[in-house]
Amino acid sequence: MTDVTTALAWLPDFIEPLLTWLPIWAQILVSSLLKIVLILVPVLLGVMYLTFAERKIIGYMQVRVGPNRVGPRGWLQPIADTLKFLTKEVILPTNANVYLFIIAPMLSLVPALAAWAVVPFLDGWVLADIDASLLYILALTSIGVYGILVAGWASNSKYAFLGAMRAGAQVVAYEIAMGFALVGVLMAAGSLNLREIVLHQSGGLFQWYWLPLFPLFVVYFISGVAETNRAPFDVAEGESEIVAGFHVEYSGIAFALFFLAEYANMILISTLTSLLFLGGWLSPFDGLDWLTELPVIGLLFGNGLHWLLIKISLFLLFFLWFRATFPRYRYDQIMRLGWKVFIPVTLVWILVMGFAMFYTPFGHWFH
Amino acid sequence: MAEIRNYTMNFGPQHPAAHGVLRLVLELDGEIIERADPHIGLLHRGTEKLAETKPYNQSIGYMDRLDYVSMMCSEHAYVRAVEKLLGIEAPERAQYIRTMFDEITRILNHLLWIGAHALDVGAMTMFLYAFREREDLMDAYEAVSGARLHATYYRVGGVMLDLPDSMPKYKPSKWHSEKDVRRMNQNREGDLLDFLEDFTNRFPGHVDDYETLLTDNRIWKQRLVDIGVVSPERAIELGFTGPMLRGSGVEWDLRRKQPYAAYDKMDFQIPVGVNGDSYDRYLVRMAEMRQSNEIIRQCIDWLRVNKGPVKVDNHKVTAPSRSDMKENMESMIHHFKLFTEGYCTPRGEVYSAVEAPKGEFGVYMISDGANKPYRVKLRAPGFAHLAALDEMSRGHMLADVVAIIGTQDIVFGEIDR
Amino acid sequence: MIFIAVAVAIGVGAFIAGWYLGQPSRPDADKNSPYECGFEAFEDARMKFDVRYYLVAILFILFDLEIAFLFPWGVVLEKIGRFGFLAMVVFLTILVVGFVYEWAKGALDWE
Repeated sequence: MTDVTTALAWLPDFIEPLLTWLPIWAQILVSSLLKIVLILVPVLLGVMYLTFAERKIIGYMQVRVGPNRVGPRGWLQPIADTLKFLTKEVILPTNANVYLFIIAPMLSLVPALAAWAVVPFLDGWVLADIDASLLYILALTSIGVYGILVAGWASNSKYAFLGAMRAGAQVVAYEIAMGFALVGVLMAAGSLNLREIVLHQSGGLFQWYWLPLFPLFVVYFISGVAETNRAPFDVAEGESEIVAGFHVEYSGIAFALFFLAEYANMILISTLTSLLFLGGWLSPFDGLDWLTELPVIGLLFGNGLHWLLIKISLFLLFFLWFRATFPRYRYDQIMRLGWKVFIPVTLVWILVMGFAMFYTPFGHWFH
Repeated sequence: MAEIRNYTMNFGPQHPAAHGVLRLVLELDGEIIERADPHIGLLHRGTEKLAETKPYNQSIGYMDRLDYVSMMCSEHAYVRAVEKLLGIEAPERAQYIRTMFDEITRILNHLLWIGAHALDVGAMTMFLYAFREREDLMDAYEAVSGARLHATYYRVGGVMLDLPDSMPKYKPSKWHSEKDVRRMNQNREGDLLDFLEDFTNRFPGHVDDYETLLTDNRIWKQRLVDIGVVSPERAIELGFTGPMLRGSGVEWDLRRKQPYAAYDKMDFQIPVGVNGDSYDRYLVRMAEMRQSNEIIRQCIDWLRVNKGPVKVDNHKVTAPSRSDMKENMESMIHHFKLFTEGYCTPRGEVYSAVEAPKGEFGVYMISDGANKPYRVKLRAPGFAHLAALDEMSRGHMLADVVAIIGTQDIVFGEIDR
Repeated sequence: MIFIAVAVAIGVGAFIAGWYLGQPSRPDADKNSPYECGFEAFEDARMKFDVRYYLVAILFILFDLEIAFLFPWGVVLEKIGRFGFLAMVVFLTILVVGFVYEWAKGALDWE
């Protein structure tokens, strides 16, 4: 955010004349804020309607209809939920550590939102195009788990405490697999910048990283499911075992923040998987010029935000599908899966990639 | 290093996996169970004592409320105990109807079990699938008795009424158009037997669905295989019955070993497990559902052809028909006597047991010759199973306790009585 | 930076909004007691207990550091070429030996 032009980059043109009367620093500030709003409002709306989509989609998978009373076909349900959360009492348990108890939900929500700062939606459409954006995201997503640990500790309830311990185990098991999967992407792209990683994949469906990095792709997405505490890795919540785990003592808006964080993280993981392995906003028909040059529908086949959204929705659907299908892992089994399956797989694949890049003629597959 | 103490924790009664009102006091070392101490009594309603204060017929309804997911089987044990005391036998058609509804009840129970068990282990879809099929069977309950759960359909000397000629149908409403309703009523055009036949044709396919979802699912297997292993010898020592015993490999089924009702005429197999773990018990129950389906089919075939009375003609024990009552003085007196004073049984004691879905459900009854029993003792299969919870869960993890409670198929209505 | 600030603002703002819009706090002893399925807790939840995976946790730190090394390595891999790759292979081998040792020792098993 050095000068006004970068700050104004992808904002609509009519904004600029409206700001000229302000001092330079204020112009930068205002335009940045505008962009933040442009990013966060869709994210938060996405979260709201993801909860609705979850209930509807899982509903149909389970031969029932899901919410259909609030508004036409239930479309106002998420709004009603939000209002309900806002107007509920926040209970502070007697022996809880009040400050930690209040900070915990924010601690889990803030990283989930802040990570969006470096997510590119199109070439150039990114708030902060920093070089180490991947590192930034890795750092922020690891902070999220502190929210859970702190919540479990601060509640002073045994169920919450067990949930926190489990969350700890999960992080220990999956951070590494996730990190190694990312190393593979880095080797292929030669950059830590998300935008460059995406651009490196241009050239159609078969240039995306999911194919050469298939094991890493699978490991990354599954670790992502585990990191967000979603079924079948939802041991930290463990509905039927430890009741609600770390947020058993939370009510009202404090609970809602955890809820928001979980869903924001789901969208984030889906977005990252799309960016890292499925070419983000790139079209699968990229490179087929006759197709993209068709009138009108050529626009659909070309690169664009709609491809990113389609990919994100696909991964979100997987999240929901897993939840409707799988039983829950026990938490030692989760650790075993992380350490004994995922980490060896990623390590081996990194070595395979390295050898292929330097000692075989197939090296270009990995570039 | 500082001393590490075990963790003592309440598990239930207000807990999603407590199957009602189970209270466990768990001693945990980390998440490993050191001791699991089940506390019972939170659903105690004094059924045995209540039954001792009422004429025989008035206690049938209490039996439904014991194991509230295998209602008619408990009724069956009770009415058979009284029949034994009186020395009467229900007519053959009633025996077949009872057999059929016992098996419907078994499927009802196992469906609820698989739903709840899968939900405990984290697969929530199973629960709703199971309820889809339960709905049809509860409609069958409703068709014969007017009640979907607590039917009170069996009577001493037979069953309350013969099977109905028609099924209740859906009516168009704000939510269901004419077309929907026609589709929903498709299998309800004939009588109850047609409706059930349609169900028996569909049901094996549904069981296949459940098996696709669970049987070969790696996570499901990881969660159940080698969890809560009980050896055959130990299972017998612990007083296990039903699928819990058969899961350990002991082929013991009252329907075969001490046939009652029409079971001696039925062709069915008794599935048994090998390893005695939760997964084997799961397989046994799944196979039992298929067997029950076959038995229902055989009953339907028989009941279609053979008409006849459904209760004994002795109006000291069974109510006379309404029309008789209006015209015949003696019938009216019978009716009045039966519903006020009831009937007296000869002195003596009996034990009658049926193979309820959860195991051997027994009624032990002493009569002193009055119109109500002197003493009633109910043998609930779940009680013996729950008593083994500590042994089965020791050394496992917290999440496994939930799976073990699920595999025991615990219902508190019968345990607390 | 601004983004983080805004995210914090949303978190705090939502909480404050919920706090004031929410029903006034009506605490009572039962409501505020920690959840333990309807019975009084036996003991305080905060006590020492065996975490079991402390060995794994140490391994985790090692591997996390390892990833920190691998990140810049992955980025410049094209420039450092074969030598860089072989150097990392040696490094990884040492790590994998440790990993295999832990595995064989059973540190990754639950018990």
